[in-house]
Order: sequence, then structure tokens, then C-alpha cells
Amino acid sequence: MGKTVAEKIFDSHRIDNPSDNIHVLRLDAVFCHEITTPVAINDLIARGKDRVFDTQKIKAVIDHVTPAKDSKTASQGKILRDWARRHQIHDFFDIGRNGICHVLFPEKGFVRPGYTIIMGDSHTCTHGAFGAFAAGVGTTDLEVGILKGICAFHYPKTIKIDVTGTLPAGVFAKDVILSIIARLGVNGATNKIIEFAGPVIAAMSMDARMTLCNMAVEAGATSGICYPDQTTLAYLWPFIQDEYPDKSEALKAFKKFRPDSDATYEEQIKHDVSQLEPLVTYGFKPDQVQPVKEMQATEIDQVYIGSCTNGRIDDLKIAAQVLKGQTINENVRGIVSPATPKIFKQALDEGIMSIFMDAGFCVTNPTCGACLGMSTGVLAEGEVCASTTNRNFRGRMGKGGMIHLMSPATAAASAIAGHIANSPLFKG
Amino acid sequence: MDTIKNFTGKALFLDRIDINTDEIIPAKYLTEISKEALGPHLFEDITLDGFDLTRDISGKSVIISRVNFGCGSSREHAPWVLEVNGINLVIAESFARIFRQNMFNCGMLAVELPSPVIDHLFETCAHKETTVTTNLEKQVFNIKAGEKEEEIKFSLTDFDRALVEAGGWVEYADSNY
Repeated sequence: MGKTVAEKIFDSHRIDNPSDNIHVLRLDAVFCHEITTPVAINDLIARGKDRVFDTQKIKAVIDHVTPAKDSKTASQGKILRDWARRHQIHDFFDIGRNGICHVLFPEKGFVRPGYTIIMGDSHTCTHGAFGAFAAGVGTTDLEVGILKGICAFHYPKTIKIDVTGTLPAGVFAKDVILSIIARLGVNGATNKIIEFAGPVIAAMSMDARMTLCNMAVEAGATSGICYPDQTTLAYLWPFIQDEYPDKSEALKAFKKFRPDSDATYEEQIKHDVSQLEPLVTYGFKPDQVQPVKEMQATEIDQVYIGSCTNGRIDDLKIAAQVLKGQTINENVRGIVSPATPKIFKQALDEGIMSIFMDAGFCVTNPTCGACLGMSTGVLAEGEVCASTTNRNFRGRMGKGGMIHLMSPATAAASAIAGHIANSPLFKG
Repeated sequence: MDTIKNFTGKALFLDRIDINTDEIIPAKYLTEISKEALGPHLFEDITLDGFDLTRDISGKSVIISRVNFGCGSSREHAPWVLEVNGINLVIAESFARIFRQNMFNCGMLAVELPSPVIDHLFETCAHKETTVTTNLEKQVFNIKAGEKEEEIKFSLTDFDRALVEAGGWVEYADSNY
């Protein structure tokens, strides 16, 4: 019988099936950041088990609050830093080299089709864009992952979403995923994996696929998966060229992690995007979505362009297209946070940062920052932010503040207008 | 050495769907490294009609709630802040995946009951002082509210049961792999 992508990955990584549908998998990668790893590190030390299963497969970064803003965040960074040095973790990223984990790690070539990856971060599902099984876990799962290189999961059920039609100009991956979350609901994919399939996905860049998979968790999904293909190969080839005789061999290996034609799905959904327009959230859940044109009375105080959802070079380019030659509304604070040093440098070299600065944006270093209200743009009570982040829970960016999630194009247009607005890239 | 936790005591009814992890423990407290430091901040930012932060949590050992409890972040701080407030059992119609797994990984209980049963509990018990007594071996809750008492069956998988009895996933994994 045919298998889904996740079933293939589970079957090739299983080391035990202790009960019912619980499968213990060996891990290809364990990603760590400074917010959820320190407690695991301290617990391992307290148990007399201060060791790691593999210095190459564990990757670590300080990204959520960087540079440290107070003693507590400095301590968290220090615990992670000291641990990485003590265990000679090969890839540990600190100030000057650090970026947002779910952007940095793919950029470094750490994600491959068919990999099993965990991290103590709910947006780990981002890496499913490469055809990997990548799931967010808590600190205890992370601790066992660090110590033994294993993690237990329920055998996956998959929802397949065929994204069809032609994406209109000015409508982007962020709008697509918002429309899918609106359709499924915040609980619609709980305990399931979403396979994003169809010609619209195949036409997307890796950056766009990562935006899509990043928000799979907001529909409750364990992860999102895109099928590895030529686009995936082009992105990864610089990192894997020594592992394969040629590109066609690499593509053949990648294609093993596509579903069989007779795979069985929990649900199959057709999602036509030909009539899709730019979307924005209006409430406190990511499934509360409306067309931008219905929200244009909403004035904003801050615009935030960045995060693991939309802080990549494609995102900055699109926003710069909208901002070029414009200045943002005098009542709006614009903040842009390129997600990694490489992206920042590329944006500088290509004149994109100048466009942002000329328009009146504040440019920060790569960090998660204001996305979860920890730094670089916390909202005051009563303030409203047009944001390219992934979660609009009440108070998330600051107590009493309001977040409206949208694409970088919409965020840039809103910054100029001073209220939620469609960009001129959208002709509808 | 970790032991089985206490799953018996007074119940706190939270009558809302989609209670998220930012509401259970706000992100700004994720800079705390000790679980105890989280304690005072449980449900600090929750939006819930009739809920009194200063009065409703004290003395409670069990939470009863609705659909999709614990949605949002993977932060294990959510179960920890419950644990340091003496709450080791959450009963709900459904849970977000990561929250549920984190609960069992800590040797705590996240038990799902069907929608009609949850509705019944809210209707008959929410406005009274309710005590839940858990019989882990028989997988039965004894629920006493005012004069009324009833038994409600629940089910745990062998794996979930093993995690609770071991005191969490670290102990289990260390013994078995």
C-alpha cells in the first residue's frame, strides 16, 4: 500500500513502536535556541548526564533576544554558549553570525528531504518545506533528543491540500497560508501533517514554501510538508554536491520523499487560489481572516517586517518594491528585521536597505524580537501593529496591543498609508 | 528520583475554547530559568468572563476546559506553571498536540473527554465547589460537586500511562533506549 511523505520518513527512521501508534524515531537534527534549551541543559547537568548524542547533528543559535537585553536573557545566552563550547557543538551561532533559527538553519544547508528534525520551538514545521518531518517539541523532548538523538511521535495522519489555479499578482505565500488556516480553523489539522501539493506550490520558491510551512502549526498541524523537487535541489546543491555524482542522482534521492500515487490521506482538499486576494487577520486567532480591502479603516501605529515567517530576502525585496520612492506615514513606526546576517548583507548590497531607510524604517539586527513581545518593537497598551509575523494572540507583542498579520507587501503599503491597505502590486 | 504526581483535588473550570499558551504563561516570562519563578504569572493575561485571577486559582489541583486547550507555542513553561501551582491534571475536550505531549513528558495528565461529557460537567458542576479524585489504575474520575457524585471513565494509552508512572519521558527514555 502506498505511503504519504511522513509515513515514508517515519518508516525509515523508526527504532521502536512501544505501544499503539507511538513511534520512536532517530533524529537527523536537533535544533536549539536560548529560550527553551537552558532548562534542558540544567536538568541534564542535575541528572549527571551532561553529554550530547552527536556534536554534528545538534545545531544551536541565540536568536530570540539578541543582543541580550537584561541579566536574565544574558544568562540564558551564557548557558547555551557555555554548553555549546563544552560539548564542541560544531555549529553554534552567536552575535554577529546569528539569525532567526528557522531561516538560518536552512540557509546553512542543515535541512534535507527526508530528515527528522525537532526543536523546542513551535515553528519548527518551517523545515517541512524541504520535504523533511520537522516538528516543534517541548523542553523535555528536546532534552531526550540532545541526550539520545530520539523522539516519540504518534504515527502521522496526513491532510493533502492541492493548491490549484493561478495566484493573482500581488498575492503571496502568506496570503495563501492565511486562507488555508481560515479554511481549516486553528484546530483543523491538530495531530495531523499537511502536505502542500499542486502546481501553485511547485511554482513557489523555497522562501515562499518556508512561509507556507511556517504557519502550518497555526492550524494545529504537527508539521507542513512540500514535495522536494528541482527547486529544492537548486537551493541545496551547493551543500550536497560532494554527496552525489550529479544533480540527477540527487534529484532521484530527493524524489523518494514524495508520496506514492496510492497513498492514503485522512482528507484531500482542493484549494483554488485564482480568486484569492491579500488577507489580514482581524481578531486574536490566526484563523480570523478578512480581505485587506475590508480592513482599510484600521489605523496602525507600527509596522513590523521580519520573523521566521517573512524575514527572508524575497520578502524584503517585495516590501522594497512597494516602498521604493515612498516615505512611511508620519504616525507609523516602521521596523524591519532581516532574518540572518547573509540576508542583511544581501539586502544592503542590492540597495534594499537604503529603500527601507529612505522610507523611514528602523533597521534591526537579525532577531525574533517583537514577534513575541520580547524586544525590538514591543507595543504599548492600545497600539496596533501591521505585522508579517505568525501569531496574533492577544497581548503577544505587548500587553494591550493589537496585531494584524499580513504579507510583507501589505505591511509595506500599510506603513505608507498609515492604515491597513493593499499594495499597488495587487490589481484587484 | 521522580515519583507519580497527585491528580486529586478541587477543580477550576475554564469555560472557553482555544486557551493558548500565551494566556497560560506570557512570553515575557520565558527568560525565567526556574519553574518556581513562573508561579505568580499563571493565566496573567487570560481573557475569560467571570475569571478572577486573585481568587480562582488558589487551592485548585485540576483544570476542566474545552476544545484545543494549550494551542500556540511549544513552550513547556505552560505545564510547568501549572505544576508549580499544584495543578497536575487538565481535563478537556481536546488538546493542542505539543501541549498534550509536554504534559505527559512531565509526568502530568492531559485527559480528553467527549464533548457531551464536558458539556455535562460544565452544566452540573461548574458553579459548585467540585472535587476530582483520580484512580489511575482503574482509569476513572470520581467527581463530587455539592451533594452529587459520579464516576467518569477515561482512557490512557499504555505509553501515556508508562510516562506518568515513570515520572516523565526522561526517566522512561533513559530506562528503555
